[in-house]
Amino acid sequence: MKKSLALYAAGAYAFLHLPLLILAVFSVNSSQFTIWESFSLRWYRAAFADRDLIESAVNSLIIAVGATVLSTAVGTLAAYALWKRASGWINGWLSGSFYLSLVTPEIVTGVSLLVFFEWVFRFLHLRLGMHTVMIAHVAFSVAYVVVVVMARLRTFDPVLEEAALDLGATEFAVFYRVTLPYLAPAVAAAAMLAFTVSIDDYVITSLVAGVDSQTLPMVIYAMARRGVNPVLNAVSTIVAVGLGAMVLLSERLRAS
Amino acid sequence: MTRLQKPFLAPAALLMLATLAIPLAIVGAYSLLTRGAYGGVEQPWTFESYSRLIDPLYGAIFVRSFWIAAVATALCLVLGFPLALFIARSGSRKNLYLSLVILPFWTSFLIRTYAWMFLLRDTGLINTILQALGIIHHPLPMLYNDGAVILGLVYGYLPFTVLPLYATLERLDATLLEAAADLGASPITALLRVTLPLSMPGIRAGAILVFVPCLGTYLTSDLLGGSKTILIGNLVQNQFTTSRDWPFGAAVSLVLMAVAMALLFSVRRHGEELI
Repeated sequence: MKKSLALYAAGAYAFLHLPLLILAVFSVNSSQFTIWESFSLRWYRAAFADRDLIESAVNSLIIAVGATVLSTAVGTLAAYALWKRASGWINGWLSGSFYLSLVTPEIVTGVSLLVFFEWVFRFLHLRLGMHTVMIAHVAFSVAYVVVVVMARLRTFDPVLEEAALDLGATEFAVFYRVTLPYLAPAVAAAAMLAFTVSIDDYVITSLVAGVDSQTLPMVIYAMARRGVNPVLNAVSTIVAVGLGAMVLLSERLRAS
Repeated sequence: MTRLQKPFLAPAALLMLATLAIPLAIVGAYSLLTRGAYGGVEQPWTFESYSRLIDPLYGAIFVRSFWIAAVATALCLVLGFPLALFIARSGSRKNLYLSLVILPFWTSFLIRTYAWMFLLRDTGLINTILQALGIIHHPLPMLYNDGAVILGLVYGYLPFTVLPLYATLERLDATLLEAAADLGASPITALLRVTLPLSMPGIRAGAILVFVPCLGTYLTSDLLGGSKTILIGNLVQNQFTTSRDWPFGAAVSLVLMAVAMALLFSVRRHGEELI
C-alpha cells in the first residue's frame, strides 16, 4: 500500500505544480502558439513595454506595501492585547470579527465595502481610488496577521514578562524589548502573508477600485477574459515566481 | 497590561467596526430598501428583494452553485485524503511535502486559474497534444463549462482539505493500527475501519473549508465557466455592477453569508478549531 500511496502522491503533486510549470515553460517560447519553437524572452520584453501592465504593477506594489505596513502594525498590537485578555466584551467582539472576516465570502466583503464607501462619500467629497483599495486590503489582511502572530504568542512564556516587570521595566518596555523581539519572526511572516494576499486580490479590489487605480490583478483579469495571451504567460510567471519566493521565505521565518 | 490594552486594541477595533460591522449593517439595511432610479437605493422599506429570491430563475442559480460546490468538495476530499495520508506517514520529510502542498496555494489564485485556461482551451496544450497524437481530430471543448469550473475549484482548494486531514491523521495513534493488524485486519480494512472513522474531524473541517468558498466563488466561474455558468457569486457581482440593483444584490449577499455562517458554526459546535 505504501508504494501505491507514493505513486498517487507523485500524481497529486504533478496536478498541483505542473500547470504553473507548463505556463512558465511556454512563457519563454518564441511562438505565440502552443507549439515549442525556440527559447526567447520576447514576451517578457513585451510585458515590460506594456504601459498598462507597468502602471498597474506600480499601483499594486504601492497598495501592497502600504496595506502590509498598516495591517501588520494593527494586527500585531491587537493579537498581543487579545493574548493578554484583560477587558471582556471587546476581546470577544474583536476575535469574533476577525473570525468573521476570515470566513466571509470574498464577494460579500467586496460589495459590503463598496456600499460602505459609497455611503461615506455622501458626506465626504471623495471618490473610489487607491485609498479605498488600500483600506479594503488592510481590512481583509489584518485577520491573517492576527492568526499568525497569535500562533507564536501561544508558545511564549509569560514568566519572561513577569521577570522583566519585577526588574522594573514599564509595561511598554516589556512589550517592546521582551515580547516583540520574540515575536519578530512571526511578525515578518505575517507581513509577507499580508503582502501576498494584497498583491493577489482581484475580487474585492475590482469592486472598490476607481478608474485611476487599476491593480495588476485587474489588468491580468481583463487580459485573461479576452483569452490566452503569451504576454500574460510571462506576467504570470514573474508574479508566481515572486510570490513563491516570498512564501518560502515566510515559511522559513515562521519555522525558525 | 491595563494601560496598554486600550491603545493596542483601539486601531483594530475601529478598523473592524468601520470595515466589517458597519458595512454589513448597511448591506442589511439596503437589502430591505427599494432599488433607486439611477442605481443606489431609496424608500420605501420592503421585503421584495427577499421574495424575489423564490423566483425559479434564481432558485436554479442557487441549486447549481450548491451542486458545483458539493461536487468540488467531494472531489477535494477524495483526492486529498490519500495525499494527506502519504504526508502523515512520510516521516522526516513531512514538512517538505507539506510545503509542496501549501506553495501553489499561495501563488496567486488568479494566475493558477489562468494556467488552466492555457491548458484547456481549444488550441491549448492538452488539445494540441491529443491532436498531434492523432487521438482526436477536432479539439475537445474543455473550457467554458461546469466541468472546467469544478476542475478549477478542486485545483484551487485541494490544499484546504489536505491541511486539516493531515492534522488529524498526524495525531492518530499508530498503536491503534498495530492493534488492528494484530487482530488480523488487512491494511485496507484497517484504513477503512480505523483510520477513516477517526479522521472524521479533519474530513468535516476540510469539507466546510472548501464548500464555503466554492459556494461564493466568482473568479473561477467567470474565467473557466464563461458566460454560461452563472453562480451566486456572479449574481451578486452583477447586481452591483451592470444591473445596478443594490437591494437585490444585498439580499443575495446576506443569504450567501447566512449559509456560510450556519455551516461554519455547525462545525465549530463540534469543538473543532478551523483556524
